[in-house]
Amino acid sequence: MRTPLRPFTRRGLLTGTLGSAALLAAGGSLAGCGTKAATQTETGCVSEDLSGTEKKLAFSNWPQYMDVDEKDESKRPTLDEFITKSGIQVTYTEDVNDNNEFFGKVQNQLGACQGTDRDIIVLTDWMAARMIRLGWIQKLDKSKMPNVEANLLPSLRNRSFDTESQLAIPWQSGLAGLAYNGKVAKEIRTVDELLTRPDLKGKVTALSEMRDTMGLLLQSNGHDPANFTAAQFDDALNKLKKAVDSKQIRKFTGNDYAPDLAKGDIAACIGWSGDVIQLGFEDEKVKFVVPESGVMLWSDNMLVPNKATHKANAEQLMNYYYDPAVAAKLAAYVNYICPVKGAQAEMEKIDPELAANPLIFPDEAMLSKSKVFMALDEKQEKEYEAKFQQVIGA
Amino acid sequence: MSVLAHVPTGSGQSAPLPAARSGRYRLLPYLLLLPGAAWLFLFFAVPLFQLAAASLYDPSGSLSTGYALTWAFGNYPEALQAYWPQFTRSFLYAGIALVLALLMGYPLAYAIAQKAGRWKNLLLVCVIAPMFTSFLVRTLAWKTILSDNGALVGLLRDVHLLGADGRLLATPVAVVLGLTYNFLPFLVLPLYASLERLDHRLLEAASDLYASPVRAFRKVTLPLSMPGLVAGTLLFFIPASGDYINAELLGTPNEYMIGNVIDSAFLVRLDYPQGAALSFLLMAAILAVVFVYLRRAGTDEVL
Repeated sequence: MRTPLRPFTRRGLLTGTLGSAALLAAGGSLAGCGTKAATQTETGCVSEDLSGTEKKLAFSNWPQYMDVDEKDESKRPTLDEFITKSGIQVTYTEDVNDNNEFFGKVQNQLGACQGTDRDIIVLTDWMAARMIRLGWIQKLDKSKMPNVEANLLPSLRNRSFDTESQLAIPWQSGLAGLAYNGKVAKEIRTVDELLTRPDLKGKVTALSEMRDTMGLLLQSNGHDPANFTAAQFDDALNKLKKAVDSKQIRKFTGNDYAPDLAKGDIAACIGWSGDVIQLGFEDEKVKFVVPESGVMLWSDNMLVPNKATHKANAEQLMNYYYDPAVAAKLAAYVNYICPVKGAQAEMEKIDPELAANPLIFPDEAMLSKSKVFMALDEKQEKEYEAKFQQVIGA
Repeated sequence: MSVLAHVPTGSGQSAPLPAARSGRYRLLPYLLLLPGAAWLFLFFAVPLFQLAAASLYDPSGSLSTGYALTWAFGNYPEALQAYWPQFTRSFLYAGIALVLALLMGYPLAYAIAQKAGRWKNLLLVCVIAPMFTSFLVRTLAWKTILSDNGALVGLLRDVHLLGADGRLLATPVAVVLGLTYNFLPFLVLPLYASLERLDHRLLEAASDLYASPVRAFRKVTLPLSMPGLVAGTLLFFIPASGDYINAELLGTPNEYMIGNVIDSAFLVRLDYPQGAALSFLLMAAILAVVFVYLRRAGTDEVL
């Protein structure tokens, strides 16, 4: 089957010449390449607000983050009510599935000060912090949002990446803590137990979300995730590395730990409160645990990106969702922590059992144990993320 | 793929076509080429070029400062050094999966092509049917099949192939099984196409000449199925070595392949120069493997 090598053919010669010509051309134009800084400033990237004339709003959110009618899934009671009351036509899209992925989707536009055709996007703290750092987010007018002013939970105000509470308004919050399946494991109380208990070996997962996993580990070492040093971070990372090396930790996951925990492939894990509560409805043996050393509090925040043309409409919507009665209706559906004060009293009317659940309406004791991860600058973010990724294997 | 399929054999000059080449017909083939070429240029050549540029960016750049093109060739050795284990692992897993797939796929393709009779179409549909659902869904299904508390693991534990605490999920075995399964059709279909054309009379002739069945297979069937075999192995091996879904869903960080690293470089760590450099290294490595393989297998029908 083998043929001798052809010395020269017309085709070979042609491709050779074309190839080298292309390479030369490529090399020449490469020199002019590189990317510009993606940082924008308030004066450099001015956005227009057309809310006065356009009663429209494009809202991008995560899947299953909005209440739907039990009988008709296409109806969203609270959002529909807003549309009728305000006359603003809301285009609601569930196109945020992953912070990093979404960042990749919009980074070219926002980095070049172009519009994304979205007026509100919902992103987690650290991603919100990154976008704020890059100057991609518009400042909101607090005077137009009296409900937010009055009802935002105190522990979610003036966070380090948004010290004036005027850039990122929490949509829902949640806790990152421990979870276990009582069918395959005994109760678990501390992070150290999770990382060392022999009966859990190979049946433990942790979150690939650095801030949640590392925040819990920092706390288990007695350090404050809202304010830690590089050495303390390394300490906590070493602790994690030991658990990885000893094969105690089976893998690092996103949301996908939930079905495995329900099946019992995973006995215990670091997980998110909302997921675990929902699993708990189906199987009461699956439980969420607030470790004694403390939990991580995170939020998904509503942001108005640069060049979004309906900021005033967006503010109106944010204000609407901080009405306790509306917030309670939403919380009854999504089961995450409701960032709105007064919603608990409203929830009493809808579902007293949910109103008493500290994982939806955390009490003082719970809130005092919860921390928000420190805001990182770009260099720290890259350095910590690289170290963490090295340990989790990617 | 199209390159593999219809480039004529290169050995010897083809006889010049008379007359037809003259006039306006001369341009016709190039015009026909235009849509495909434009597509390739826009969605392959341009991004590839950008990727090449990104791989030479100054590694100390960042989003907020921008990246300067400093011809930082150092990105390549650095990336290779940092992720050498994932590189070798990718080729190792893809290689093992390929061997497994060949052991299963060759007899399967042969049976469908030569022995299936009126069941032929049905069996072919069976090979293709899983492709109707998404790659992701199929891999997630394997998670259920290999689950710690599933029937398969239970059986293996009962017959003591697995220890009492043993598991399949989150081990290299699961990743290799996933790769084998997910890319098997890419191997079987070209093989089937080759074997289907196999003239049975050649085998009869071989046995008339006192060739044993094994010898007849080696001297007749195997060489005649070579084009399909080579195309199939390439179609299997190339995507398998770049895959990251199987390692992500069925494995653990200890099983991560180079695809996972590239994914995290671009999306999580935002280290674009390194991600681009790794992509090029992967491409170069695959090209090298394919080149060596084709030189040894040497099938004119394929290249």
